[in-house]
Amino acid sequence: MKKIFVLFTLLIVTLSCHEDFDDNSVLTPKVDFNFTHNWDDTAINSSNLETETVTNANGEVINISSIRYLVSSFQLTNLAGETYSFEGYNLTDLAIEDSYNFIPEINNIPTGTYTLKFVWGFNEEDNIDGQYQDLNTANWSWPEMLGGGYHFLQFDGMYNVDTTNPLPFNFHNGTARVSEGVFEQNFAVIQLDTPITITNNTTIEVKMNLAELFTNPNTWDLNVLDTDLMPNYQAQKMMQQNIMSVFSIGEIAQ
Amino acid sequence: MRHWLIYCFVFSILLGCSSEDAKQDNTYVPIPYQLDIPVLFQNKLIDPIIPIDNQLTVEGVALGKRLFFDNILSVNNTKACVSCHSPQNAFTDSNQFSVGVTNTSGSRNSMPLFNMAWNFDDRYFWDGHALGLEQQALEPVIDAIELGNDSWEPVEAKLNNHPEYPQLFKQAFGTSTITKTLVTKAIAQFERTLISGNSKFDKFSNGEVTLTAQEQNGLSVFMDESKGDCFHCHGNPNNPLWTDNKFHNNGLDATFSDLGLGQVTGNPNDNGKFKSPSLRNLAYTAPYMHDGRFTTLDEVIEHYSTGLQPSSTIDPLMKKVGQGGVNLSTQDKADLKAFLLTLSDPSFINNPAFIQQ
Repeated sequence: MKKIFVLFTLLIVTLSCHEDFDDNSVLTPKVDFNFTHNWDDTAINSSNLETETVTNANGEVINISSIRYLVSSFQLTNLAGETYSFEGYNLTDLAIEDSYNFIPEINNIPTGTYTLKFVWGFNEEDNIDGQYQDLNTANWSWPEMLGGGYHFLQFDGMYNVDTTNPLPFNFHNGTARVSEGVFEQNFAVIQLDTPITITNNTTIEVKMNLAELFTNPNTWDLNVLDTDLMPNYQAQKMMQQNIMSVFSIGEIAQ
Repeated sequence: MRHWLIYCFVFSILLGCSSEDAKQDNTYVPIPYQLDIPVLFQNKLIDPIIPIDNQLTVEGVALGKRLFFDNILSVNNTKACVSCHSPQNAFTDSNQFSVGVTNTSGSRNSMPLFNMAWNFDDRYFWDGHALGLEQQALEPVIDAIELGNDSWEPVEAKLNNHPEYPQLFKQAFGTSTITKTLVTKAIAQFERTLISGNSKFDKFSNGEVTLTAQEQNGLSVFMDESKGDCFHCHGNPNNPLWTDNKFHNNGLDATFSDLGLGQVTGNPNDNGKFKSPSLRNLAYTAPYMHDGRFTTLDEVIEHYSTGLQPSSTIDPLMKKVGQGGVNLSTQDKADLKAFLLTLSDPSFINNPAFIQQ
């Protein structure tokens, strides 16, 4: 008799859920992420990536050739302190607009007000050399001699393009090599405190101000640090510091 | 008992139908072809791309192979695909420029053919103008200085009047009416089977052999951003394709006589960009670069070391262009070459499945 009561209760609950869906309100909305990019006030996308001329905080005039970056370990935490983690990672290539969207495989969470946290690159646990076939295929590995795993960022272009002697820069970020065979984790946890209210299926815009890579706290002088930055410990740690102010929450589309 | 009678009746009708269908249709179902994917590729790379409308079959691959080696595709029956894509040269041409039916040379070096099912952007030719292997194969047949036909119609006619080809197409594609679409589908099927994954370095990656100290140092030069920095465009031990299959201006010229990708896209930022070729099988694929300007690997290494030419679209990865290149030491150049030669796969160029029997 008890069992029948339990089953009956379950049936009622299930039916009520169905009614909710019929009312078009969602108990566990789907959440995905859309990365947009700008250089201060100028939007950067696939159509102007290679044509826009921008100036960094140190005054170098820059043309961009390509930008790719990796983000992972997305988490939304609500006001009660409950955290919902999303599996997967996203490799964004600014030349390919489809890659701006990160849609986790399982992305249902309860309605509520949240803040977003994610990892720039891979954390130590995830940054396993050769582990991810899609990233291997995308030529995204970080050399074993520098600690292995994967790049977090590849940002290539020319600077001093307003002079007769423009020069290349390769602003690449990943694990930091302290000395031969000694490595230091170099990922960054990006915690964005802007509250995100989720009442329905939601796309969260994450804005990336590329100019900030060269701005805070380290005003980047490309004349000094332009190439061969991957094995340069100081440059790698400066990038890790500068990445903290690059991202912000944009539009919440529901 | 009555039930049994009904079952027998229905069964006999079904049998009658199926035998009647077989007589009318006479459809041969081709056998699915399983690609022989190296374990290293299975571990490191995502699955190869096979178009949904051109799945590999045993009959399709065999037909494609026969067509690849058959002079029937040329206007005067003197040249075939293999004339410029020789198996001994990892399916490229040892000549700087290939010579077609008119004895006229082209202006670019023939591209080697292997591991194309892992070319995920699916763009072919040095300038990437063909989307898909099937599209690529349409061109040489009607290129005046390659196989020399004015159009595909006479080629289709020759094949349709051939004593054997209609039956082979019937078995591979279910129709004996031969069209250019089916010809290129068959050739593309064969080309997708051209997999090279058994070089010394592959065996090293699989833990089967060791590298010499020189080869090991050459790998370090290859992977060191402060030295060769080859890996940003040409793969790494985790990407055994040894190419990014992208387009770059690698500093060959200050001005361009051949615009490359720029000619295709119309975007001046793409001028002078050409596809990164795989470094696999370099031992067999000389001469090098899109125009075959370098006859030896030493010349190629010297180009990146001291020969870079600045231009408006030079890839920023050619970072030492101001100093002419990465200025490798004599020892590092020799070691880099030793490493590059470990990417050669003799079992590929000698594979009986890829050679005319």
